[in-house]
Amino acid sequence: MPSTRLLPAFVMLVRRDLLLASRHRSELANPLLFFVLVVSLFPLGVSPDSAFLNTLAPGVVWVAALLATLLALDNLFRSDFDDGSLEQLLVSPHPTTVLVLAKVLAHWLLTGLPLLVVAPVLGLLLSMPAAALGTLMATLALGTPTLSLVGAIGVALTVGLRRGGALLSLLVLPLYIPVLIFGANAVDAAAAGLPAAGQLYVLGALLALAAALAPLAAAAALRISVN
Amino acid sequence: MESRNPALSVTALASSRGERQLFEDISFDLDEGQAVQVHGVNGSGKTTLLRILCGLTLPSAGFVMWRGTDIDGDPGPLRSELAYVGHADGVKLELTPTENLHFTRALGENPTGQEISRILARLGLAGQEHVLTRSLSAGQRRRVALARLLVTRAVLWILDEPFTALDRKGGDTVQSMLTEHLSGGGIAVFSSHQPVSVPGHTVRGVELT
Repeated sequence: MPSTRLLPAFVMLVRRDLLLASRHRSELANPLLFFVLVVSLFPLGVSPDSAFLNTLAPGVVWVAALLATLLALDNLFRSDFDDGSLEQLLVSPHPTTVLVLAKVLAHWLLTGLPLLVVAPVLGLLLSMPAAALGTLMATLALGTPTLSLVGAIGVALTVGLRRGGALLSLLVLPLYIPVLIFGANAVDAAAAGLPAAGQLYVLGALLALAAALAPLAAAAALRISVN
Repeated sequence: MESRNPALSVTALASSRGERQLFEDISFDLDEGQAVQVHGVNGSGKTTLLRILCGLTLPSAGFVMWRGTDIDGDPGPLRSELAYVGHADGVKLELTPTENLHFTRALGENPTGQEISRILARLGLAGQEHVLTRSLSAGQRRRVALARLLVTRAVLWILDEPFTALDRKGGDTVQSMLTEHLSGGGIAVFSSHQPVSVPGHTVRGVELT
């Protein structure tokens, strides 16, 4: 009876991935460090003028978050593929889609959530108005899980290739563009004192769509990759 | 009782890698208490055949039936009764053997009541339960992978070179595990270069050329 054992399996897989990550802390810090460095170099490299930074801030934070997510993506299935754990997941009695969802959730907790936590600090660094910080957090909370879910499809397709990194970026980036546009635009609007609810709704819809469909696509892609 | 269909039925299986035909027209039936040993030189497709039986790789022709269901159409019945030890160990090096087996048990369908520490002791890993698998030798990692077989109650064991990297004592343990499995009504398909004897049971050979 798969249904009765599915939840424990889901929870165990998330816990296992978090435990594995806790034994690899340096790898974990990489995307976060990248995010912080890119954003903090902008005032130095472009201009420290606060009015100028203000207009730049939403785009910079969002682009950096997107690239940090992309950077972290390759680890999603890599080690499981290399050591044969992925085969074990695929021959398990549970639906692969649910196991993929567990892996993406663990991955987001490790890579997306930290971005969300440091983002307000970086917003302040770029002299973003305090009113926009809440919206920034909200867009990242809705947007980064979408990035992880959509990215999972790309990783699942390329995990069997020796050098899939460049291909992964090419596959996934076009799908990231809508999230980037609505995410940055919502923060822009909030910074200008305008309502941003519309953009947030779109981000929410994109997340719902990705959560429903991406695991299916990623599971199918994984089966092709191990074939 | 079961219908007259054999539990595992393989019909006219063929596989090719690129242009090259690995094997063709492989057929055999297996019932409870029976085993097949896959023979063949390196590169003859033993691993591919075993992966096809698990549903990981698609054959270029032929089909595999588990209890009367085509595994390509519905892999569910097969997967709920399958334990697979592949060419890769499928063991997480950053987890201890105990953690690895706990995970397998949570992922599996019919956990056995056996304590993890007892299972590890049987595989000769007493005292290594709580060290990271990374610090174990290749043979010990193989033992952790094989310990998975005792964690869940699977009917069909598919083992790809289970004796690789094992010392003589480890090999004996695996043979005794196989004997118990078959005596308990289990089924096994495995590849190995060494002759394997399972007392009280005949192990049929399938030759890949």
